[in-house]
Amino acid sequence: MNYRVNENGYYGDFGGAYIPEMLYPNIEQLKNQYLNIIAQPDFKAEFEDLLKNYVGRPSPLFLAKRLSEKYGAKIYLKREDLNHTGAHKVNNTVGQIILAEKLGKKRIIAETGAGQHGVATATVCALKGLECVIYMGEVDIERQAPNVARMKMMGATVIPATSGSKTLKDATNEAMRDWINNPVDTHYIIGSVVGPHPYPEMVSLFQSIISKETKQQLIEQTGNDQPDYVLACVGGGSNAMGMFYHFLDDENVKLIAAEAAGLGVNSGHSAATSVLGKEGVLHGSRTILMQTEDGQVVEPYSISAGLDYPGIGPQHAHLHKVKRVEYVSITDDEAMQASLLLSKMEGIIPAIESAHALAQLEKMTFKPDDVVVICLSGRGDKDLDTFMKYFKL
Amino acid sequence: MNRLQQLFEKKKNNILSIYFTAGYPEIGATIKIAEALEKAGADFLEIGFPYSDPLADGPVIQNSSQVAIENGMTLKLLFQQLKDLRTRVTIPVLLMGYANPMIQYGVANFCKAAADAGVDGVIVPDLPLNEYEEIYQDDFIKNGLSNVFLVTPQTSNERIKKIDELSNGFIYLLSSSSTTGKSLNVSDEIGEYYERVKSLNPKNPLIIGFGISDKNSFMRANQYANGAIVGSAFVKTIGNAKDYLSHIPQFIRKIRD
Ligand SMILES: Cc1ncc(COP(=O)(O)O)c(C=O)c1O
Repeated sequence: MNYRVNENGYYGDFGGAYIPEMLYPNIEQLKNQYLNIIAQPDFKAEFEDLLKNYVGRPSPLFLAKRLSEKYGAKIYLKREDLNHTGAHKVNNTVGQIILAEKLGKKRIIAETGAGQHGVATATVCALKGLECVIYMGEVDIERQAPNVARMKMMGATVIPATSGSKTLKDATNEAMRDWINNPVDTHYIIGSVVGPHPYPEMVSLFQSIISKETKQQLIEQTGNDQPDYVLACVGGGSNAMGMFYHFLDDENVKLIAAEAAGLGVNSGHSAATSVLGKEGVLHGSRTILMQTEDGQVVEPYSISAGLDYPGIGPQHAHLHKVKRVEYVSITDDEAMQASLLLSKMEGIIPAIESAHALAQLEKMTFKPDDVVVICLSGRGDKDLDTFMKYFKL
Repeated sequence: MNRLQQLFEKKKNNILSIYFTAGYPEIGATIKIAEALEKAGADFLEIGFPYSDPLADGPVIQNSSQVAIENGMTLKLLFQQLKDLRTRVTIPVLLMGYANPMIQYGVANFCKAAADAGVDGVIVPDLPLNEYEEIYQDDFIKNGLSNVFLVTPQTSNERIKKIDELSNGFIYLLSSSSTTGKSLNVSDEIGEYYERVKSLNPKNPLIIGFGISDKNSFMRANQYANGAIVGSAFVKTIGNAKDYLSHIPQFIRKIRD
């Protein structure tokens, strides 16, 4: 089975570039040049240097002993939460900022949900001295205030998206409109494996460092790079694609992706795209999205801003359709309990997004020597406000 | 030949097209507005079918789309409303919107329903050229629909030629790379861009859109093209007026005279 993108930008039935003509020249330039640029020795050298000395990679693979004991398996956490800026998002922004520079772009735009991608973008723009404009839903600006302050401190302009549901999908619309209106000097750093081709492929390449390191670390720690299960949460799907990337062809490794069920898959307040979605077009690619019979995008809901998105990346849509990855749904409450559990048992406060993957452990049964790897995509500092309210701390 | 192609046979300049969103400002407005626009002297019409996430649109059309959806407008309902179209409107009509609602309806069904209603063409800005050519073109041709593509100042000559080849209505020239509802770009480079497109001798007429809002911008566009399209300025006018139909003759007169 082929899980990779073809020369037309499709993963099976999904992908492509459903964009208005105004975006065509930029997308075409990116498509024609990115593979070439990222294969150059100077790109590689700078990317590796920044990942090591700026981001702090490799991120540890940590055997969580108490959690392992509780669930009766060997549970490893891939610690993307320890990256500079606190999440996996920075792997992608480091890659794209070097690329943007090589393309001669002077101005960077990005969308953000939880604010993690906005922070990671503002960070690399400060590093490179490039102008940075971040679009963020008005609702998210409220629930992720510390990240807004971080972006501003690093010199970014944060523009509220006030249309639609005022969350991630609307921030993405606004960023695309900005790019339409600034077609020459601007690069759009998309924060997940979504958008028109080549974005899903490019972002997954930059995130694939997660599974590349994991395999090496598994060999060092267990002598075997084939775990039994690999788990990650899915908003657009970038940490999951990075975590799955080098395991896709290892058919014995079971891949599990946790989506946000919000108040419950059938509650009308959910972001469980693979269950509730149908095939269609969102943000420039053919994928699975939550929509009405008339093709209007349905407003998603999740307690975690980073998973509050009505679609998934086209490669996820493909992996779902061909059943290479199992997609599961985790409610707000399950994710919050998993956050508390990891905090109490391992001294690690996870991002609520990442806790969706952790919560799946409750629903699985293991053999004692099963090896399980979970992508801990981010840390919970940004969610303290939500934790304080929810747990009445 | 559909009505659009017939129009371009007869009329070569100062062609005026008006865009409006179906179901806005009220659900039953669609045909009434079309009728009033024909009476007032518009040459052809673009009826927008609303989408929740209109990427290429500025605030005015975003708002009209959102209100139309809240009013209950769907493609299904629009095609019901359009059953009356050809008893009341004789000028060419195009449908304009985004790919997702059309794909949900089914592109073949969409094309058939449009043709049955007497629609002459379709503009779907986010339907890629390649996919159109390989997958959908037959449905459009079979139903006598003209599919219209956009061209921007950044579009290469090679691509413009390809677009011209695949088009059988007109080429929609954007006055700049922008979302809808911005003011008209009147720089020298824009004049050069229009001249560049003309010098390729396209077989299709050129109609300029985006940023055309009044007599001045309409006249300016007509220096370079066969006609122009007014969208946001019209939608804004009918959105602000209580008795919106009565404002239509004056709106058109102000552009024409
Ligand atoms: C910590 C964390 N994990 C996961 C996500 C979801 O994004 P993706 O599915 O692209 O990994 C986000 C998004 O903001 C995030 O901040």
